[in-house]
Amino acid sequence: MTTTAIGHNTHLAERAYRIRRNALLMGEVQGQGYIGQALDIADVLAVSYFHAMRFRPAEPEWEGRDRFMLSNGHYAIALYAALIEAGIIPQEELETYGSDDSRLPMSGMASYTPGMEMSGGSLGLGLSLAVGRCLGLKRKGSDSRVYTLFSDGELDEGSVWEAIMSAAHWKLDNLIAMVDVNNQQADGPSTQVMAFEPLVEKLEAFGWHVQRVNGNDLDAVVAAFDAAKACTEPKPRMIVCDTRMGCGVPFLEAREKNHFIRVDAHEWRLALDALDAGRT
Amino acid sequence: MKSATTALKTGDKPRLKTSAMIASIAGEGQRTKPAPFGHALVELAHTRPEIVGMTADLAKYTDLHIFAQAFPDRFYQMGMAEQLLMGAASGMAQEGMMPFVTTYAVFASRRAYDFIHQAIAEENRNVKIACALPGLTSGYGPSHQAAEDLALFRAMPNLTVIDPCDALDIEQAVPAMAAHNGPVYMRLLRGQVPLVLDEYDYTFELGKAKLLRDGADVLVISSGIMTMRALEVATLLAADRVDVGVLHVPTIKPLDTATILREAGRSGRLVVVAENHTVIGGLGEAVGAALLRAGVTPPFRQIGLPDEFLDAGALPTLHDRYGISANAMAATLKGWLR
Repeated sequence: MTTTAIGHNTHLAERAYRIRRNALLMGEVQGQGYIGQALDIADVLAVSYFHAMRFRPAEPEWEGRDRFMLSNGHYAIALYAALIEAGIIPQEELETYGSDDSRLPMSGMASYTPGMEMSGGSLGLGLSLAVGRCLGLKRKGSDSRVYTLFSDGELDEGSVWEAIMSAAHWKLDNLIAMVDVNNQQADGPSTQVMAFEPLVEKLEAFGWHVQRVNGNDLDAVVAAFDAAKACTEPKPRMIVCDTRMGCGVPFLEAREKNHFIRVDAHEWRLALDALDAGRT
Repeated sequence: MKSATTALKTGDKPRLKTSAMIASIAGEGQRTKPAPFGHALVELAHTRPEIVGMTADLAKYTDLHIFAQAFPDRFYQMGMAEQLLMGAASGMAQEGMMPFVTTYAVFASRRAYDFIHQAIAEENRNVKIACALPGLTSGYGPSHQAAEDLALFRAMPNLTVIDPCDALDIEQAVPAMAAHNGPVYMRLLRGQVPLVLDEYDYTFELGKAKLLRDGADVLVISSGIMTMRALEVATLLAADRVDVGVLHVPTIKPLDTATILREAGRSGRLVVVAENHTVIGGLGEAVGAALLRAGVTPPFRQIGLPDEFLDAGALPTLHDRYGISANAMAATLKGWLR
């Protein structure tokens, strides 16, 4: 069973597969990890790094790069997986994930990891930092963009709406924000914890260019990033990504939904096998 | 307010002398300078193009409007949103700018603490935070009285913390903050700011405590406006033949422990730490702990704000009430020396 729509973007499907595989291998190292989220966001990361963004693997701080700001620091396992696939972090470092003195801590921090542009984890922070970076880039006359990923649960935080209002006020057309709507946060389904819908209408009312896509449909995600980049309106861009926790590993996808999906020790291998089985 | 306005219009009553609107820390007839922070920042910004000014709807009340007028394209109004302000300042700094960020001390310390902690201090960004209404310098009550800002910011790694005394201190602190590569929190005195330290052989040096006057009976170790008070107290008590020395400690962190130990270690003097801050977690406890750690144990007292929510009212009333006016402090010292 293929859980990831691949359409015309087979090279991106391969990237997304390897991001998922890297994440599962890291989860296996620690015997735990936010694997449900890593699997759901792999397609968005594949499109970000291997279709949309400009970067140099050997020069993670290259001035001309696009910036990727990870607000939801617990998604670090997913971003490390993408940074490994992008050649910014060596593949062999994967086995240090979450260990003492590793450059790959469980929650992403700017000072630890090449390619990690901010210290996330205190949820609701990232969009404010992204606003500042966009303003800074504009001051410098740079054409680099800021991509920032945050989660639907972060919509509960007031500071996120401060940043949403501000980004429109400053007409930050160099900002592409992605919100991962997997409808799961610490205490349960996000929409039950705090109703945030209708999200598209809200964000449009705040002055954003908004698209909503199936975040596990590579063709749709590619089209959304292309449209966000091609847009000429002086507005910040938001891509609302509806995703499925555990996407790519059917038995995890079917498991009772939880912020922290339980994976038994023997199941990491089974998950890798299931991922391979779904590869096309 | 209505009766006061009427009184002013008709002139048949004297103007109220106990209104909470009386919010100046300058005494009657005291020499002052207008907006030293704003003017110093403008002067510095001419030679440092990376400086930007950012605020959360308080430019006019933190003297940042002077900068905004001089450099409108380098001024960022972030709205009444302190968390956004601190996060965006971090992002700006990451792109090579040097943001000078202003709000009130209560909002930076209480509302935006996590944002400063994570986005500025933990990431070690070159952001300068200048906050008005430190300690008890507003009569509005606890919503505007930052009695605990030093305790909170002292506890934050990477952060340098400054509590200047007067206009001269602020003017000299601004370029020193910029010269320091890293995040800084400065308590800001705004508007007509007293000018005191020009009468002493003094220059602000980041991280240095300075002995402003020597005294055989009491050593007051102080920061911020309490240094100004301590100097007044020294003059008041000189009439009673009490010899008061004043050690000004404008940098709260890193603390100039060497100078403090040297001065406090001179025998025979009562050591009093005076601060415009709750007695919990500020300069007093920092100095006390430094002395104990070094085995230096002079008679030791603290003058500062009590561990309670402070009253609203006129500042002169409140400074008397809480023992941080010159007269109140002089009486307290005399009591201790009796």
